[in-house]
Amino acid sequence: MTTTSAAQRLDKAAMAARVAADIAPGSYVNLGIGLPTLVADHLPVGSGITLHTENGLLGMGPSPAPGREDPELINAGKIPVTELPGASYFHQADSFAMMRGGHIDVCVLGAFQVSARGDLANWSTGSPDAVPAVGGAMDLAVGARRTVVMMTLLAKDGTPKLVADCTLPLTGMGCVSRVYTDLAVIDVGPGGARVVETYGVTHAALEDLLGLELGLTDTGED
Amino acid sequence: MTAQVYGTAREALGDIADGAIVMIGGFGPAGQPVELVEALLEQGAADLVVVSNNAGNGEDALARLIQLGRVRKIVCSFPRQVDSWHFDAAYRAGSIELELVPQGNLAERIRAGGAGIGAFFTPTGYGTPLAEGKETRVLDGVPMVLETAIRADVALVKAYRADGAGNLVYRRTARNFGPVMATAATRTVVQVSEVLPVGAIDPETVVTPGIYVDSVVRLDSTTTLAGARPAAGRATS
Repeated sequence: MTTTSAAQRLDKAAMAARVAADIAPGSYVNLGIGLPTLVADHLPVGSGITLHTENGLLGMGPSPAPGREDPELINAGKIPVTELPGASYFHQADSFAMMRGGHIDVCVLGAFQVSARGDLANWSTGSPDAVPAVGGAMDLAVGARRTVVMMTLLAKDGTPKLVADCTLPLTGMGCVSRVYTDLAVIDVGPGGARVVETYGVTHAALEDLLGLELGLTDTGED
Repeated sequence: MTAQVYGTAREALGDIADGAIVMIGGFGPAGQPVELVEALLEQGAADLVVVSNNAGNGEDALARLIQLGRVRKIVCSFPRQVDSWHFDAAYRAGSIELELVPQGNLAERIRAGGAGIGAFFTPTGYGTPLAEGKETRVLDGVPMVLETAIRADVALVKAYRADGAGNLVYRRTARNFGPVMATAATRTVVQVSEVLPVGAIDPETVVTPGIYVDSVVRLDSTTTLAGARPAAGRATS
C-alpha cells in the first residue's frame, strides 16, 4: 500500500470502510464495542470473514428484525444479534483461549489513547471517582494476531489521541500495530508512528496537530 | 451418582453459610441464574464474596444483595453499567471491596480452579495497573503475569436442559461462564428450562458432564424466551 491522501476528512462510515478494506478474506475478526462495530456493515458479502464475539459466539450475524430479539443471543455490548450458518457457541474460557492463543486474526478496538510505540489505553479515563470496569479489553488487546485501533484522531476537547506516551492507565503495552482515524491511517510500533494515508490534512499539518514526528510507512506492508 | 432434582429454587439452593464464596454465572441478561440469586436473597446469607462478570443491574437480586450490604467483596470484570446504581453507591461509599479482573483472566482463573491448577502465567494485563504487584516472567520472549486460580463454595449456574445424571446443555450465548463455574465450586446448583430422563441427552452433545452438578431445579426463567422454553415434562430432546 502506498502513501496516499484524500481531500476530505473521513466520516465514521468511511473510516469503517477503510478498516474493512484491510481485512483479508477468510479472516476471523473481533470488533470491539463502539466505533469498531460499524466495520461489520462494510465487510464484503462472500468474503468468508467470520465475526467472533468474546461472550461466546463465532459466526455472529447482524441485528435481528424487530420483535425477533433473544436475550440469550447477544454480543459483547449486550446488544441482540443473530447467528449465521456455520456458527458455534463456546464458554468464556474457550472464547478467550481463542483470542489469547492467537487464533483470531484481527481485533479492531476503540481507544482513548494510543502511543507511537503501540501502547493502548482504552479502559479507564483515570478519573479518581470513576467506578472502574475492564471487561475483555486487556485480553483482546494482547490476544489477536493483529490488533488495530479505530478512533477519531482528536478527543472532543481537541486533544490528540495519538501520543508519544499514554497518560491514561494502560490496557496493553506495544499491542497496537495500526490506527485508523478520520484524518489519517498511521502505523505504530517499535519504529514509532509512520503515516500510511492522510485525509484532508498534509503530513506537516498532521505532525503539528499531534506534536509528533511522523515517518512514512514502508510500501507493501501487510 | 445422580444430581438431586428439586422443585423450587430455594430448595435447590440449600443452605449457604455467611462468608461463603459464591460464583454467579451470566453475561448481561444471558445466562444469569436470576431465580437462584433471588433464592439467595431470600435465604439470608451475608458477608459473601461474589464472583461474577457483572455486579447487578437495576433492582435485580444481585444488585439487591449489594444494596443490603450482604456482599463483602466482588470479583468482577465489568461492574459499571448504566443501571448498576447499587454497586456504584456501595463502591463509592467504600462498603464493598472490588477485585477487578480482565474477563479472560476471570474465566481462566475459574477454569484453573476447577482443573486443580494453582496458578498460570498469562500475557493479559502485563504492564497495566491490574498487574501491579504481581509476579511476572518472560516466557518464550513474551512478558507474562502470574494469575491464581479461583474456587468457590457454591456456583449458581443457568443452563437450558439437564438430565437426571446432571448432564447439562446450554442455550446460545447464555453458556458464557456456566461451564467453567460449574467445575470450580464445592457445590454447583443449576437452574434449567427442562429436566429430561437419564439417557435423553445425546452424550456427544453434553457440555457440562454431570460429575460437576449437585442440584438441579426446573424453572421458567424470565431471561429465556417463552418460545424457547420446552413444555414441562417433555420426555425427549
